[in-house]
Formats: sequence, C-alpha cells, structure tokens
Amino acid sequence: MEGKVAHDWRLRGQRYRLEGEECPHCKAKIFPPRDICPECKRPAKEPYRLSGRGEVYTFSTLNSAPEGFENYTPYTVALVKLEEGPMITAQLTDVAPEDVRIGMPVEMVTRKLRAQGDEGTIIYGYKFRPTGLGHAH
Amino acid sequence: MAERWTMHPQRPVGIIGYGSYVPMYRLPNTEISRIWGSGDEGGPIKEKAVAGLDEDTITISIEAARNALSRAGIDPEDIRAVWVGSESHPYAVKPSSTVVAEAIGTSPFHLAADLEFACKAGTEALQAAIGLVGAGMAEYAMAIGADTAQGRPGDALEYTAACGGTAFIVGPAEEALAILRGSLSFVSDTPDFWRRAYQHYPSHGGRFTGEPAYFHHIQSAADALMGEMGLEAKDFTYAIFHQPNVKFPQRVGKRLGFTKEQLEPGLISNIIGNTYAGAAITGFSATLDIAKPGDRILMVSFGSGAGSDASVWEVTEALEERRHKAPLVADYIARRVEIDYGLYVRYRSKILVK
Ligand SMILES: [Zn+2]
Repeated sequence: MEGKVAHDWRLRGQRYRLEGEECPHCKAKIFPPRDICPECKRPAKEPYRLSGRGEVYTFSTLNSAPEGFENYTPYTVALVKLEEGPMITAQLTDVAPEDVRIGMPVEMVTRKLRAQGDEGTIIYGYKFRPTGLGHAH
Repeated sequence: MAERWTMHPQRPVGIIGYGSYVPMYRLPNTEISRIWGSGDEGGPIKEKAVAGLDEDTITISIEAARNALSRAGIDPEDIRAVWVGSESHPYAVKPSSTVVAEAIGTSPFHLAADLEFACKAGTEALQAAIGLVGAGMAEYAMAIGADTAQGRPGDALEYTAACGGTAFIVGPAEEALAILRGSLSFVSDTPDFWRRAYQHYPSHGGRFTGEPAYFHHIQSAADALMGEMGLEAKDFTYAIFHQPNVKFPQRVGKRLGFTKEQLEPGLISNIIGNTYAGAAITGFSATLDIAKPGDRILMVSFGSGAGSDASVWEVTEALEERRHKAPLVADYIARRVEIDYGLYVRYRSKILVK
C-alpha cells in the first residue's frame, strides 16, 4: 500500500498535467518522461508540458474491467496521437462508446482514475474527451 | 451614509480571469417526482446537473481553474494562493486545493487551503483572495467554489442538489476585467441546515430555511452594502443572488428593488440546479459572459449556518477580449445528456437510503 502511494505520487506531474520531456538535441517531445530520447537515443530531461490536444488513433471498448475500474464499464480506452507527436494510452470520458471513431479530435481533462477502496487514496489523472469545450493550451 | 461595515482593500483589486465548469449529465425534476412524488408533476426546477462517475469537487475545480487561467493569461507560477470552498471535498482530511494547484501547474510556493461554509464557501474564498492581493502580499490569488451536492433520496433537497463550480483569479485592478468597488459579509449562528461528521446526507430545519436564514442574511448584507455605498437597485446593470431554487432569488431580488431583467443572465438554477458553493459565483460567471464595459454588478451569496457575502463589481474593457479564451457557462449548459433515476443512482453512488 505505502509503495503504491509513493509510486502514484511520483507520477503526478505526468498524470495531472501531461508533463513530459523535450529532447535538447532533436527537439522531439517525449511522453511519458523516460530521460532518453526515443528518436535520437540521447539524454533528454528537460520538462515539457504537452498541450493535451490530439486525435483518436485506435480504440477499444471494455465491458469487463480490472480491479478498481468495475464501476466504469463499459468504457473506451484509446491510443491518442498527441499533436506534438507522442502516442498515449488513456480512457475516454464524456462520450458514449458507440460515438467514438478513429480520427476524432480529443482534449485532455483531469478526472478520477480510481479510488483504493473507501479508505485509500483517490487517484486523479488524464483522460480524453471529444474536443469542443477546450481550455487546452 | 458613512461606511462602517463595508470593506475595501488597501490597493484596488479585481478579477483578472474567471472560469466555470458544469458536468454534462442532467436529471429532470419530473424523473425525481416519478420515483418519489405522486407522479410526474415535477419539482422546483426543470433539471439539475449531475457529475459523471469520474468527477468530483476536485476535478470540477480543476477544469474551472484552467478556464480562469486561460482568461487571465498569466503564468500559473505567479499565483500565491489556491483556495477551494466546498461542502463536498472528496477527502475529510487532505486538501482539495493542493491537487488543483498541481494540476494547473503552480509553483509549490503558495498558500493552499480548503474552506467550508455551506453554500458561501466559494465567496468566502473570494473575499480572502481580495484581502491577500489587496494587502499587497500577492499579485494573484485563486478562489474557487465547487460542489457535488447530495440530498437524501426522496428528500426535498434531491430535486435541486447539483454539481458545478467556478474559479476566479484576483489581481491588481489595472489588469482586471471586473474591478471590486466594495464588499461586506453578514453572518449569524442560525441552524437552518447542517451535516454532522460521518453523516452522508445533510439535515435541514424545514421552513426555518426561508425567512430567518436565506432572506434575512441576503437582505441584511445587500441593504448594508448598497446603503453605505450610496447605491440603489437601479444603479446596477445586473444582480446575482444565491440560487437554491428559482423562487428564492426572484423574491429576494424583488424585495431589494431589482427587476427580472437584472437577474435574468445570472439566474441559472432552473437548468443546472443548486450547485451550492458554486451557485452564486457560477451565476456571476454567466453574467460576466454577457456583460459590457461599464456595467455594475451586485453579487450576494448565502451559506447555511448562516451568512452572506455581498460584493459590487464594475466591468472593464478587458472583459471583451478575454471572454472567448475559455468556454462560456452557456456552452456547458448546452452540452447536455439526459439521464434517468437509475443511472443517477449509479453516478452518485446513492445506496445509503436512511
Ligand atoms: Zn532526440
């Protein structure tokens, strides 16, 4: 439990505000942060906040869910291509599974991902919803 | 009249950015009366906004705060306070404000706290932000009021208890889209509505909630502020009052001399419900969405327990250029998905019928 809380805490920059990295050598935008540029393989540690704008690359609707997600079924998980380049896997929200399509413009929102029972922490993080009310910048 | 109760900051301040959020799900009153009433005769409002399964006061606050930041156009690291007023903070112990602050990207060097005063916690946060900036301790401070209000299933409150919120960034008057002209607060120990620790749903004093609570506090605050500032109802373009339903704000507005037209842009409880700490301020936000430079606006909140914060604002030229940098309240109201009582029970985890 304590290890899990610490793990979630370390991820809050990327989870809450899509904080990734920018490669100082080739300017590639990196998400999630991994300190090595996937394009040119050189060190990249400069924090970079992604805009949160992107589009649905592929998606899949889940009718059964892993522990902690049971309340949310059915829900859609998408591979989102961010406008800066990186691909990111995330749940879609505020959209019915039958209305999701490939190429749909989406924007990042911060929502509850799961709660660890009634006594544990509540985990917040990014999800994506259809674009249209965007404050994403 | 000499000013005795009216408060003014040491340096002029105003709102430099504002933003709201209203969840997309709507539960019509006819659907509640179908389950709990004698038929589908409806209730005090048309419908109320309901948060989705993955939403709570923190996520509502985050979206409102991002909208306020988009309009303000400032670096979030320059914000010196993030205060969130609510009666539905997700944790009993662990602040909502720190999550909101990290999500919008503040630096760690700022004040943060959660405030509670039933439905006036949002305007209390705003008064505190005015004080901090007005004293010169900070350039910018953020005040939020948001709630995911719950009524006991079948209780009268269930028709109106709704979800939503609004955030303001207070800054120097020179940068403001609406400048503060004066404010005051009026509070007393009045047991009209309460929720004891560990209880899931609130209790209320029935008819005690009207005259001695809502009307007495709002009228006392508004009369004192307008009287001391030498203003009458006709001197205002718009007025916003706490809106637990439609009738109360209409009646208190009429008693204070305001017309239906002055209340109209900020009276949104009929279509989103009572968003508690978010109610008066989201009405204010909807009014800023249509206001013009030079307009004078009165806002008076009410929180059970009980008290009212009243404030007078004057709109500047800056509003028109910043308004469209974030969604309007009307945009959120238009994003509407109707749900039935069954889905509502699931979304709001209503299993505790007592
Ligand atoms: Zn590189």
